[in-house]
Amino acid sequence: MRAPRAHSGRAAAVAESAGVAVTVEIGGIPILLNAGDPEFCALIERRYAGFVNPAAKPRLEFDFELAPAAEPSDEDARVVRKGPIWFFHRGDFQAQWDTRSRRGCVRQSPNPYSLDSVLRIAHSLALADEGGFLLHAASAIRNGRAFLFSGISGAGKTTMTRLAPPDAKLLTDEISYVRLCDGGYRAYGTPFAGELARAGENLSAPIDTLYFLVQGSENRIEPTTSKEAAQKLLRNILFFAHDRDLVRQIFDAAVQFVSSVQVATLVFKRDPQVWELVR
Amino acid sequence: MSERYIARSRAVAARVLDGEVMIMSATDSTLFSLSDVATIIWQEADGRTPLSSIVKNRICPEFDVAQDDAYRDAEAFTERLASHGILRISDRPILDDEPPASAS
Repeated sequence: MRAPRAHSGRAAAVAESAGVAVTVEIGGIPILLNAGDPEFCALIERRYAGFVNPAAKPRLEFDFELAPAAEPSDEDARVVRKGPIWFFHRGDFQAQWDTRSRRGCVRQSPNPYSLDSVLRIAHSLALADEGGFLLHAASAIRNGRAFLFSGISGAGKTTMTRLAPPDAKLLTDEISYVRLCDGGYRAYGTPFAGELARAGENLSAPIDTLYFLVQGSENRIEPTTSKEAAQKLLRNILFFAHDRDLVRQIFDAAVQFVSSVQVATLVFKRDPQVWELVR
Repeated sequence: MSERYIARSRAVAARVLDGEVMIMSATDSTLFSLSDVATIIWQEADGRTPLSSIVKNRICPEFDVAQDDAYRDAEAFTERLASHGILRISDRPILDDEPPASAS
């Protein structure tokens, strides 16, 4: 895998205008993807439509080296840090990212699934530095506030989004993006879709409540203790590396989150009326 | 019987939540919530105080338990935490320059 190329801001702009680079801004963190290939660049633009922002100043940057087509892998990605450099790889991609220069490189075949995984890892590492995280949760904005619905696969994340009323703006049905901004937590839309197969809207709002989903025979909200909330939250945070400093960051972020945001259990049946509780 | 010394690992994150100590292992990301007795053992695990002294001077007076029973439970507990990299166990004092994790 090649080392990252050195780019000036102007060179990056030229690459973008030449159709071989694209800046994708998710959660307010722009990442310049030097695709190096117009077709792959077009694929990225289609995949992340609504999140492409050529005007944004990149905070991270990745150079891509395209490999022959490979099947997306079901195995877990391995993420390790050696000094200032993170290495992440799975059967279908290899990547590295230097935390000092905030630049990295990726070798993968031109498919969107591998790229999704690389971006999720990169965002989770970038977020950890500032007290945020990616969470297995659907989320939506209602009345200017964001509501998160967390749970493992099958808990009902996609179901909740399907039952949502027209005034609810969907942020994601799969991976919620949580940032600590100005002392408060905000949820951002992501293009990372689950069963709904639809990207979220590129919007953000202060988080009102995090609900852990439990399917039942009626709709009701149950209180949860901070300890229980932290335990459940930690089980659902996307967490790729068993790195000492990263574990501390994620653990502290989870404890801080449950200490400052409302967390409850939402027992629900497959009925749109559940949204009467979410407002 | 040789003495057993225990020290909190540096490879953990620990915080107090709802009055209980929660610990996460950086080795395998296992999450622990400690009971009252376990919290005392964790807090006293300075690498210098023998486990037997912790049991005798801190556990037994506070929880009104027999010393032998309490020591057996403490041994099992410390071994479980050690298996997740949360505590270190030695038959001699564990002296480090770097302070171990503490709950805040």
